[in-house]
Amino acid sequence: MLNKYPLWKTLMVAIIVALGALYATPNLYGESPAVQVSGLRGVEADTATLDSIKAHLDESNLSYDSIALEKGQILTRFNNTEDQLKARDVLDDNLGKQFSVALNLTPNTPQWLASIGGTPMKLGLDLSGGVSFLMEVNMKEAINKAKIGMVSDFRGDLRNEKIRYRSVKEGNDAIIVIFRKVEDLEAAESLLKKRYRDLLLKTDDDTLTLTAKLTEIKLKEIREYALQQNITIIRNRVNELGVAEPLVQRQGKKHIVIELPGVQDTAKAKEILNATATIEFRLVDTEGDLSNALNGRIPANSILLKDKDGRPSLLKKRVMLTGDHITDAKSGFDEYSRPQVNISLDSAGGSKMSSGTKSNIGKPMATVFIEYKATDKKDAEGNIIFEKQQEIISIATIQSRLGKSFRITGAGSAAEAHNLALLLRAGALIAPITIVEERTVGPTLGAENVKLGFEAILMGFGLVFIFMVIYYRAFGVVANLALGANLILIVGVMSMIPGATLTLPGMAGIVLTVGMAVDANVLIFERIREEIREGKTIQQAIHQGYDAAFSTIIDANITTLIAALILFAIGTGPVKGFAVTLSIGIITSMFTSVVGTRAVVNAIWGGKRLDKLPI
Amino acid sequence: MQILQLKETVNFMSYRKIAMVFSALLMIASIVSLATNKLNFGLDFTGGTLIEVGFQEAADLEKLRNVMKTNGFADAKVQFYGSSRDVVIRLGLRDDVKAEMLGNEVLDVLQSGTGQTVDMRRIEFVGASVGDELAEQGGLAMLTALICILIYVAFRFEWRFAVGSVVALFHDVLLTLGLFSILQLEFDLTVLAAILAVIGYSLNDTIVVSDRIRENFRKVRNSEAEEIINISLTQTLSRTFITSITTLLVLAALFFQGGALIHGFATALLFGVFVGTYSSIYVASLVALSLGISKEDLIPEVIEKEGADQEAMMP
Repeated sequence: MLNKYPLWKTLMVAIIVALGALYATPNLYGESPAVQVSGLRGVEADTATLDSIKAHLDESNLSYDSIALEKGQILTRFNNTEDQLKARDVLDDNLGKQFSVALNLTPNTPQWLASIGGTPMKLGLDLSGGVSFLMEVNMKEAINKAKIGMVSDFRGDLRNEKIRYRSVKEGNDAIIVIFRKVEDLEAAESLLKKRYRDLLLKTDDDTLTLTAKLTEIKLKEIREYALQQNITIIRNRVNELGVAEPLVQRQGKKHIVIELPGVQDTAKAKEILNATATIEFRLVDTEGDLSNALNGRIPANSILLKDKDGRPSLLKKRVMLTGDHITDAKSGFDEYSRPQVNISLDSAGGSKMSSGTKSNIGKPMATVFIEYKATDKKDAEGNIIFEKQQEIISIATIQSRLGKSFRITGAGSAAEAHNLALLLRAGALIAPITIVEERTVGPTLGAENVKLGFEAILMGFGLVFIFMVIYYRAFGVVANLALGANLILIVGVMSMIPGATLTLPGMAGIVLTVGMAVDANVLIFERIREEIREGKTIQQAIHQGYDAAFSTIIDANITTLIAALILFAIGTGPVKGFAVTLSIGIITSMFTSVVGTRAVVNAIWGGKRLDKLPI
Repeated sequence: MQILQLKETVNFMSYRKIAMVFSALLMIASIVSLATNKLNFGLDFTGGTLIEVGFQEAADLEKLRNVMKTNGFADAKVQFYGSSRDVVIRLGLRDDVKAEMLGNEVLDVLQSGTGQTVDMRRIEFVGASVGDELAEQGGLAMLTALICILIYVAFRFEWRFAVGSVVALFHDVLLTLGLFSILQLEFDLTVLAAILAVIGYSLNDTIVVSDRIRENFRKVRNSEAEEIINISLTQTLSRTFITSITTLLVLAALFFQGGALIHGFATALLFGVFVGTYSSIYVASLVALSLGISKEDLIPEVIEKEGADQEAMMP
């Protein structure tokens, strides 16, 4: 029989829409204020933490809705924001430094919904309020540093093999070694070729020069590593900020996106994110003459640096240890109540430190603090030029062979020691980074955007609804049913996909799909009218109408989908939000307006003897 | 209900000269304006800092300008945004070391300068290099979209239609950019997104028309290409109108209800839907006709086979 769906097909439509509705429901429950406690630096919140939180809250007479330990984090829900804020302060004061206490809004999704994976849609920063940063990694500096490291590796290798050289220096994406004799050049070539397979070696017998060029693969590796390291470090820094559900993500080749929902104090966030500090340990050059150095005659193997009061010291050029080996740093007091910083190293750092200090017991060692500060100058490619500022923060005598953990004193006041520890913990960056973009949305504007977007969707939906009923009568109602189902499916799918975020342009995308989704129905209905005019029977007209319109609908939607997907691939932030809802809307609307309406039309009018259609 | 009930085939193609001149004039005007006025690029592309603040009562712009001036922000542009209590302050790129701190500084200045509580609504800072990159990416996005669509349409239909629809898209994008240039409306990221959506919409329209042309070439015997295009346009006209109406309805809702942030987006789409509807009737079909589309081009066996496939896929 024409225009009858088998039962399974009708059921499938009903089940899909019901599933969409089910996963859309978490959005109806709203959110309640909560405080999230999570451990920092490998510490995890456990039942003991849970008990102490309970005790602290009871002590301050703060009532809470629920408290739960999940994935090393403790979430406490409150009835109102006032209690939440008080609780944050109480916990922040009492829990100590190894925990971060953050304000949060937790969805009130009922247990049964949450257990089948139901979560509300994630709102973008333009709707929830908060700040997003785009940071750029200075790749030039990353490559420079890699070259500097290689220069000293080359020197060490040649020295160990007793190959004499005139000089080793950095060139353009290359290391250049000059020798005195051809034999040395040849010996060096065969040695380096074996050790560094990712370098392109070229020798010139006339000038006795060996050029080791960094291959494109090696350069890419360096850049990739710099970006990954920065991401890891930024994650740690963001965790120090105590923000609930922060996002740190790479974007393209040299950018990192950081989203901090709910953060208002952007100044503090920026300071912590921006401080690109690192630390180096060097031996003090006790043989060099300081007064000569001050007059410009600095020994070849030394550098002249000052401390924060401007007192100069001569230090060895060779770096004993760089800050990227630091795994932890804590501030505290030594036995004479002087501020100190306790430093822990990874095992590679530990052995470096151990071999570096072994033969130097009794000699002074300097801790140098290095900060990269952005200058107002730019290079030819428009990248900001960074200035390296080095400062001696302490000079201490090596008392014994140092290992994986040791302490430095002389960093100044307790507050300064604390600050230094924080910076050290947050890690040492291979390559400096700068904030190149910031977007902060206040909570009032966010709430307003939600309201406006919601109203626009309702209004657009209402207008189309009325128009369709007037124009197509009963069939208009069917199209409207499909439109409603489409809206539910969009929300359901958006809630189900973990990465999908609803933004204001995303809401505009929903509005637009509402307008464009009826197009498929308009195409079908116009076609049915045409077929009726041509004298076909009602059932044939319905069948032909759907049939003939189908390929048009597919073609038209696929091309729009291409535009949406390109927008998704290339766009960022708000534009991506638009592309997401538009793409989802196109796909769901094809289902509801073709398969969905057909199910309803077939159920009501299909297979019956009819003289007229209410179209 | 029926808005358009056309008994006779409308002879669309008889107006083609007028349409050609009309489109050509608009396109030239757009190009001239884009060349002379340029686009009023928003912060996303130019870089700089934007601070939106809310006041309890209507703000005094003169006073705010003075406050900004006396605090060393002489280049600040102070404007109302949406209402008289919302003020937007724009600052150009600076060579200051901490350009990204500007937003917070301005907020402090306003707070102390006016003595009123200032509600921070939004701060945006975009560095120079980001803007350049974005402009490049945006252009690239549009180009990629056009090429992908060209390939798809050529694959599904015929190269003459593909060229026709891409010319139509180019026409729509150019005119929309022209509108933004002539009226000096701010061109930001959301407008770029809207233009890509215009591409999608206009294409939707063009495909529907092309589809019908293809169908009629197969169905209607012994007719000239021009006649077939006229028949197809007439048949799809009422669908074209209704879809435009529903889309314009929702866009109107966005324009009036969506707030100031969405205005540019809604404007671009409102205009784009108008132009897109026009271009699918005149530009796309006209180009295909001028390139000499004929019956033989559209009845290869491959398409018949695809038709057979759809039978199975159909509900």
